[in-house]
Amino acid sequence: MKGTNLGEFEELVLLTIAALAAEAYSVAICDELERYTGRSAKLGVVHAVLNRLEEKGLAKSHLGDASATRGGKRKRFYEVTHAGKVALMRAKELREAIWRNIPGFNLEGSI
Amino acid sequence: MNKDPQPPQSARAFLRWYCRPRLLEDLEGDLYEYFIRNVRRKGLPYARLVYWLDVIKFLRPYTIRKIEPLTFLTQFMMIGSYFKTSRRNLVRNKLFSFINVVGLAVSMSVGLLVIAIVNDLLSYDDFYEKKDRIYRVITHHQNDGQTPMDLASTSVRTAQRLAGDVPGVENFTMLRNGFSGDAKVGQNTFPLEGTWADRSFFKVFTFPLVAGDPATALQEPYSLVLTEKTARRLFGSTQVLGKTVRFDTLDYQITGVAKDIRHLSHIHFDALLSFASWDATIGKKQDELYNWDNVWSNYTYITLAKNGSTAGVQRALSRISAEENKALIHKKVTLSLQPLKDIALGRKLSNNMGPRMEPTTLWIVAGLAFVIILSACFNYTNLSVARSLRRSREVGVRKIIGARRSHVMGQFMTEAVLIAFLALVFSFGLFLVLRREFLALDPHIPEIFKLNLSVRSVLSFIALAIVTGLVAGFLPAVFFSKINALSAMKDASGLRIFRHIGLRRVLIVAQYTLSLVFIATTLAGYSQYKGFLNFDLGFTTENILNIKLNGADAAALKKELSEIPEVSKVSQSSMVTSLGSMYGFDVKYRPNASTPGDSALVWVNTVDENYLPIHQHKLISGSNFTLRPEKGKESELIVNQQVLKRFNIAGRDPQKALGHVLKVDGQDLTIIGVMKDFHYGTVENKIEPVMFRYSKSEPWGYLNLKIASTDLAGTMAKIESAWKRFDKIHPLKANFYDDLQDTPAESEFL
Repeated sequence: MKGTNLGEFEELVLLTIAALAAEAYSVAICDELERYTGRSAKLGVVHAVLNRLEEKGLAKSHLGDASATRGGKRKRFYEVTHAGKVALMRAKELREAIWRNIPGFNLEGSI
Repeated sequence: MNKDPQPPQSARAFLRWYCRPRLLEDLEGDLYEYFIRNVRRKGLPYARLVYWLDVIKFLRPYTIRKIEPLTFLTQFMMIGSYFKTSRRNLVRNKLFSFINVVGLAVSMSVGLLVIAIVNDLLSYDDFYEKKDRIYRVITHHQNDGQTPMDLASTSVRTAQRLAGDVPGVENFTMLRNGFSGDAKVGQNTFPLEGTWADRSFFKVFTFPLVAGDPATALQEPYSLVLTEKTARRLFGSTQVLGKTVRFDTLDYQITGVAKDIRHLSHIHFDALLSFASWDATIGKKQDELYNWDNVWSNYTYITLAKNGSTAGVQRALSRISAEENKALIHKKVTLSLQPLKDIALGRKLSNNMGPRMEPTTLWIVAGLAFVIILSACFNYTNLSVARSLRRSREVGVRKIIGARRSHVMGQFMTEAVLIAFLALVFSFGLFLVLRREFLALDPHIPEIFKLNLSVRSVLSFIALAIVTGLVAGFLPAVFFSKINALSAMKDASGLRIFRHIGLRRVLIVAQYTLSLVFIATTLAGYSQYKGFLNFDLGFTTENILNIKLNGADAAALKKELSEIPEVSKVSQSSMVTSLGSMYGFDVKYRPNASTPGDSALVWVNTVDENYLPIHQHKLISGSNFTLRPEKGKESELIVNQQVLKRFNIAGRDPQKALGHVLKVDGQDLTIIGVMKDFHYGTVENKIEPVMFRYSKSEPWGYLNLKIASTDLAGTMAKIESAWKRFDKIHPLKANFYDDLQDTPAESEFL
């Protein structure tokens, strides 16, 4: 099923939405991603991913209030849905499960 | 504080146009936020550029508006309602509808006339079965040191060479115009003009025969094919196959009867004579008529083989030209192909057969019609917008009920198209009147145009109405569909009208400009035309009536005419100059016996001693011809300055040139006079070498009558009755220069 799969970038965006809580709208998400990854996140890419997440039912959105800073246009705020939360948890568990199975793998000292 | 910097308006409009409504608002906001950031960082121009790029980058499948089948469906269902409302509106506002319908109808009738004319020109020669494969062989004629000529005619030799199996040519045929004779049928005599055509004529051109075999009808010498009309004129019936017609001493047998030519064709004939008859009568006597460079009177047509190519035939023609040109001195004659469809609507060629219109003229006429119709459309727009007060409430209600912008536009467009269709009905009536008037404008016009209705022209009429309606209705539709429903309901008073006064002003100015353009073009065209008529040709044409003789020696007629008091002088000439007809001879000049001499084409007119005074040609030196007895050997010549220049006679000194001898047509003729240059061809032609030869009797030429009268109709009646006493068979053909000047000239060559 299409909805169950969560790409890496999708996962990052979804996590950022969760991290930003009430302030999660496209431009803020881009900025936040840039801050985390150190790479520039293009609005075009993020916007497409947000749209896809919404389509998959992992995020939902609503329009906020109008503000003068955006030429009178409202922001679209995103939040993680229940399905989104489940997907995030599953992704995390999956990684941890794999991590646990790596014998004697130690990153200490290499950082 | 300054206004905030704004992203490019056009980019925003584009975004709004393509983006899904659901995504639009926040996307626009996001882009705006980035835009402000960019302005701060790198300045306004950069930010605007990036904004544009972003808008384009966002053009992705998931952002593009879905086409909603429902909108189409509702539009379709609404059409019925649009019509109903439109009809009600038209009936309610009778005055408004009336003004609009009449305004559009008047201008559309002009459009209909232009469409009919264009349609006629496009359907010329459309009825030939092989029309796509028929080509005319045309000639480029270049004398060294003279302006080259492009001719529609070719030599007889061309056809003889084509007979030698040219690959790609399925059939070819040759025509020659200019047969004219008195047909004797029993006791009666009828003047008859005809065209010589060779045996393949009916293989190339589709002219169905009601009697006779098309394959053999034009094979034997002295064969004659009549049209049904001519047969009825001569015999009173069309059952004439096998009967004979006598011309002079020769009996021609009727081998076919052709259906009358009802279609638009550049070829027209009353009678066809087999080309073999020409060979046996005229060609036999004059060998030079078969020369390669005798390119003046024949027309050659080919049909391309189904698998043939024009390039292949053109190569063959070039090869033939090159071979034949080897025998020519100081001269080159090259052949090329012209598609049948380019004959009526193509470039100008000398010796053209049938009517022809310059494509540019067509564009100008169509442009004028367009201007007229456009200005009527603007008129409609103005009136509609002026009524906005009344209609804005209606639009408001519509919008509140749930009409979208496109619905309101549909409503107003339908209304305009409906009005245009009503106008079409009226304009069609006007068109019928206009057509009659147009065809009656000049006796030559009905020969060129028929202006009949065809499927194509009717469809074009309907298309014109639709386009006119859409153009006229577009601006009102945009204007009304923009009306805000709430404000229209709240306060539909003055405010709204005055807000759009700018648009109306622009339209009115545009309308006046268009009208001025139209008036100016018409005036300019008219003065150009007048200028043509009053152009100084280098001789006078005022009050000179030219009467075409029909082979009769005119001495008796001349005497008869001289007795009419209003006729002050009479002269004779072989042709009428300045109308486009041209006759030429190769003239040779040898300054002294030891030099080889130089030859060139010199245009000629053969005149009597009264011709120069009547036409007020100015003699620079020497004297006019003097009356000589008929039998005397021709010895004198009057030339224009160009002749002196061309041959460099006596250092171009008109006085010293007198007495020099030119060899014309095998005779030595002495220059006795030099006259001022004048326009021998039309005003458009360059002034070229011209000579006048002397002859007292030109049975196939003209009488030139100087008329001094205030009662033109009375004088013409007297001339007519004098002619009737003189020639009972042929109708009088007499014209003033001014009347002849605007008729299409036929060029003929010796």
